[in-house]
Amino acid sequence: MMFIPGNNPGMMQDAYIYGPDSIMLDLEDSVTMAEKDAARLLVYNALKTVDYGNIERVVRINPLSTPYGKKDVEAVVKAGVDVIRMPKTETADEVRELEAEILKVEEEIGCVGRTQIMAAIESALGIVNAYQIASASSRMMGIALGAEDYTANLKTMRSNEGIELQLARETIVVAARAAGISCFDTVFSNLEDMEIFRKEVEFIKTLGFDGKSIINPRQIDVVNEVFTPTEKEIAKAQTIIAAIKEARQRGSGVISVNGKMVDRPVVIRAERIIALAVAAGVIPEEDAL
Amino acid sequence: MELKNASAGTFESGDILIRIDPAEKKGLEIELESSVADQFGVQIKKVISETLEGLGICDAKVKAIDKGALDCTIRARVTAAAVRASGKDVWK
Repeated sequence: MMFIPGNNPGMMQDAYIYGPDSIMLDLEDSVTMAEKDAARLLVYNALKTVDYGNIERVVRINPLSTPYGKKDVEAVVKAGVDVIRMPKTETADEVRELEAEILKVEEEIGCVGRTQIMAAIESALGIVNAYQIASASSRMMGIALGAEDYTANLKTMRSNEGIELQLARETIVVAARAAGISCFDTVFSNLEDMEIFRKEVEFIKTLGFDGKSIINPRQIDVVNEVFTPTEKEIAKAQTIIAAIKEARQRGSGVISVNGKMVDRPVVIRAERIIALAVAAGVIPEEDAL
Repeated sequence: MELKNASAGTFESGDILIRIDPAEKKGLEIELESSVADQFGVQIKKVISETLEGLGICDAKVKAIDKGALDCTIRARVTAAAVRASGKDVWK
């Protein structure tokens, strides 16, 4: 998910060239208060006009407690945005308030249920309430960590090792999985240190995150390389899926592949590897069957 | 519609700076600066005038400094400048 300032038309019109999975047009922190009105119009017109193809279109709105939040919702829902990212989410009630605002606009234009919600968790209270936030609405598609505000709230700062984010990251993954939605890790701001960035992406993949937020197209390849399954992983997953299908036809739920027991959790992992490989375009969709 | 001086946009690549002033004479008077004025000047002016007329602004002086903006960016910047100049709520 690539962050793009909502008042920068050049970056907005070029974003698709780099092929991110999703773009997040930002109306919040990257836009000064004097430019909120102009950025909202820019994002609205871009969403209505630019064909981003399969790239998911996310807009980060201003908090509903500000004079800008509700106007942002009205504009981006009318423009047909895929996902509204709610910043600094701390309670399930905030999600429900956003849901009500979205519904009001969707009813006005006749497209009820079209808009999804992603909540950014950026404070200690948000982490404590992570599961309630993740499960607050059927529109919730994911939760994301916002580490800069979170570490400020914790009265600490970010380190290369990310030890200060450990609890927040694990809590977000567990809350998302319990609620059956996706989870996205925070941005890594130091563009000069790609090695540490790669280590961080590998680490958050191991924790179970579905993806990483990025601030520059240079970071896309690293995220894709880390999240794309290797040929060996794909071959192993395909062997497992083929074996379990054959076993099920025989009426058995447990089999052995290369001397190792294969049961349901192993099959679920294999299916996820194949789904990731298809999404990354390294195997055709028909090979996933 | 009563207008005051207002502007929107930047000099960044892909953007356009629009300045709107009250009309000195009837109609829309559009002055355009663009490195692609020979190729796209007519189209850029068309988008500016259509956007303003759609907002009910038919008399105004407009200065546009284009840095390679797409039509959707031109519409957004003209609308933002027009809203600032007129106080009109475009979302209703």
